[in-house]
Amino acid sequence: MMSLESIPIQAFLIVSSALFCIGIWGLLNSRNAVRVLMSIELMLNAVNINLMAFSSYVDNNLIQGQVFTIFVITVAAAEAAVGLAILLSLYRNRVTVDMESFNLLKW
Amino acid sequence: MSIAITTQIICFTILSLVTLIGALGVVLLESIVYSAFLLGGVFMSVAGLYLLLNASFVAAAQVLVYVGAVNVLIIFAIMLVNKKEDLKPINDIKSRRIISTSICLTLLSLLIRVDLTNVWSLSSPQNSIGEESTIRIGEHLFSDYLLPFEVASVLLLMAMIGAIVLARRDVMSKDISTGLPVDQELIEKSSEPLLTNKN
Repeated sequence: MMSLESIPIQAFLIVSSALFCIGIWGLLNSRNAVRVLMSIELMLNAVNINLMAFSSYVDNNLIQGQVFTIFVITVAAAEAAVGLAILLSLYRNRVTVDMESFNLLKW
Repeated sequence: MSIAITTQIICFTILSLVTLIGALGVVLLESIVYSAFLLGGVFMSVAGLYLLLNASFVAAAQVLVYVGAVNVLIIFAIMLVNKKEDLKPINDIKSRRIISTSICLTLLSLLIRVDLTNVWSLSSPQNSIGEESTIRIGEHLFSDYLLPFEVASVLLLMAMIGAIVLARRDVMSKDISTGLPVDQELIEKSSEPLLTNKN
């Protein structure tokens, strides 16, 4: 086995790619609206891992990737709050969380 | 980083396995409550990956915001909407599953191919900044990222007010522009209140 100085960046990138694809699969396939929100959080985490890996391996003195990650975490928190509020008001109207029954914007 | 490379590799393997298996559990498990708690585990192991990348501040922010706020919020939402319901069957569920799974696998193979074949121009001694990173983040936030920082605070305020307005039960009784009473049925179907005791 060849000796490594550090973990290769490709390892982090592969983990984040797999996490992103799992998130997309959950987004497309889940019937429960809360699980859709969880899948979006998974995808945002995958993006964050990517940004952190590049920040550490490519741009290590100006850590701009970490600053971007902080902003993504902020936006994700806001998104979760608004998404769950929308979900609660939808539940009050439809008394279900099934994604297939949310057709208010169709005509 | 001062940890030996073997320890780093072991930690990375464990953390990434926990992340990926936990994420699979989040999307595949039947019970939504198990999914929510597994999501907390995924967030914690992602914070561990950040620690491996020498970013202690972001790891702490990840634990505080994701595990402490987002995950708790999701669990509260599950408690509010967790009603046992038998979902209507969809007739073409199988073809949908096949199409979405193949799309995801294609995207995954594409991404992995890009990850492995691209030649990254890595800077040589990596992770040299170490614990200075918290100071550097603060400098960034108050100099060249000052505008996004302030916009993020406005965004958080907007999200807070928006969440309160959306989740509030009663809407205004009078229309603001016309002064006529609002038809509450349009906004909300007359259903039983959410938090009453239905014995």
